[in-house]
Amino acid sequence: MAVQIELFLQTLIAGILLGGLYALIGIGMTLIMGVMKIINLAHGELMMVAMYISFWLFTLLHIDPYISVFIAGPALFFLGIGLQKFLINPVLRVESILPENQVILTVGIGMVLANLATIFFTSNYRSTPVDYATKAFYLTDFWKDAPIELSLSMAWSLSFLIAVAITLLLWFFLTRTDTGKSIRATAQDLDAALLMGVNVRRMRVVTFGIGCALVGAAGCLFLPIYYLFPSLGGQFTLIAFVITILGGLGSTNGAIIGGIILGVFESMTATYLGMGWAPVGRFLIFVAALVFLPGGVASLIRSKKLGK
Amino acid sequence: MKKSLPILILLILLAVLPHIGVSSYIMHILVLVIIYSMIGMAWNLLGGFCGQVSFGHAAYFGVGAYTAGILYSKLGLSAWWGLPLSIIVVTALSLLIGSICLRLRGPYFALGTLAMGEVLRVTAENLVKFTGGDVGILLRERTWVGKTWYYYIILLLAIGTYLLVKKVIESKLGYYFVAIREDQDAAESMGIDTTLYKTIALCLSGAITGMAGAFYTNYMGYIDPKVVFNLHDISIVTIMVVMVGGVATYWGPTIGAIIMVFLAEIIRSNPGLGAAHQTLFGILLIFIIIFLPNGIVGDFPKLRRLLRLGGTPT
Repeated sequence: MAVQIELFLQTLIAGILLGGLYALIGIGMTLIMGVMKIINLAHGELMMVAMYISFWLFTLLHIDPYISVFIAGPALFFLGIGLQKFLINPVLRVESILPENQVILTVGIGMVLANLATIFFTSNYRSTPVDYATKAFYLTDFWKDAPIELSLSMAWSLSFLIAVAITLLLWFFLTRTDTGKSIRATAQDLDAALLMGVNVRRMRVVTFGIGCALVGAAGCLFLPIYYLFPSLGGQFTLIAFVITILGGLGSTNGAIIGGIILGVFESMTATYLGMGWAPVGRFLIFVAALVFLPGGVASLIRSKKLGK
Repeated sequence: MKKSLPILILLILLAVLPHIGVSSYIMHILVLVIIYSMIGMAWNLLGGFCGQVSFGHAAYFGVGAYTAGILYSKLGLSAWWGLPLSIIVVTALSLLIGSICLRLRGPYFALGTLAMGEVLRVTAENLVKFTGGDVGILLRERTWVGKTWYYYIILLLAIGTYLLVKKVIESKLGYYFVAIREDQDAAESMGIDTTLYKTIALCLSGAITGMAGAFYTNYMGYIDPKVVFNLHDISIVTIMVVMVGGVATYWGPTIGAIIMVFLAEIIRSNPGLGAAHQTLFGILLIFIIIFLPNGIVGDFPKLRRLLRLGGTPT
């Protein structure tokens, strides 16, 4: 029995840690979705780019992946601004039959990024051999006669804590600064924001940059605990999308909760059904969210608030 | 008569093509072109005319292919029975996917279908008892050694698809589809049951794609989840075929398929470019979206003006 509980709690902890990182990826996508009304299907590929930046910084200059968050994040911010200015904005102006052209455009960007990474860095699996990767905290270290044994990997918990810190910073930025408030105004009502004198076009560019920077930071945090290969982007794009659906389109708070739900659910399916089924669990949750909770977690939060 | 003459010539040309000493390699390329143009036409029915952009056509293709494959490997029947049966199986699948994904609109629908395609791939990889998992299904005996009969069968299917799409789009149904694409809310308020008609478009599109998948199993003699549920090689190339050729045109998917398949072959056979083929596809996609958003057929007047072939613009 104790073994069962131990396994369950261990899985739960792993899920929450994973969920914190997922939330960071999801927030990036949901911000872009809310402000620009487009889905960035190159999201995972941008994360892959950040991971390679971080990887090379580590391999060549011995910069710790956690420090390169502050290098790769800004780098991705400018990459995002460039993509937005030179590729996505021109398409917004082009007349066409299908309005989904922008989404298809981001697919094209993702393909190019993934393939270029394969050409330049080969499709080998890589990882950063940081010395703390195998260290862990154990429950028995703190509490001698604990009835069960739980462990907490140091790299995982560090990544999680930094992800939480970045999320808090972002929250502060969005609620306390002028630019942040303008971004939220643009997301809520574009025309009203325009009338209030918000430079909507600039907000779009900045938002795309921030979204990319967030996923870039998430990439650096994933690097010490995950493998790196050029085609890893697609899977993370899907994860980000599932989180945004689960959390409610365009909702930042929803994305955080959605990320944690997904993380816990995934690690549960991996433990109790087998690793191969984890992606299916991911989509089961996606389908369940669409069928039973079309507005996502955000709609639940909202209805609670209105109920008061 | 005047109008149908070029089509008649084209048909005769296509019919005699296998008998004028074309190499087996070229025949293979032609079969691929026709398969892709068939899926492209199916995608166009849903995406181009009805406005529901799907990123998950690999789901229908793969399920069609596996219908034929499982009939052969588990029931010992000829895989050709998969062709009619896949219509039923894939229509049922389309109803299921439609009931989930058609709740979403626009780009969200696109991503929903993408997720469906991926979920089916992972399912096929993991249901080892049923699908053989990553090992795939191998047809031990092929019906014909040469490619001629395969060519005729897929040609017939593609012509049937073309006629079906044309018939549907020129009927009342087609007008409903276009109305839904242009403004779903307006269509709804005009009394069009948008959910019903979107589901019809999805089922038609899915069934045609599924048939192409079942044919693929018979033609290639080997399928595995990574090939038939491939996101890039099936779902995205299908979108590219239509985008390059022309969205919401009758001939667009065929033109697009010819360009895409030949381009892919040229790139792959060139050792220097082979590794970069997705980059080149991606750049082509970006270029098409920015400069020719309605494809070669759709933006033909614009293209002619650009190349100064059309003389004075009217």
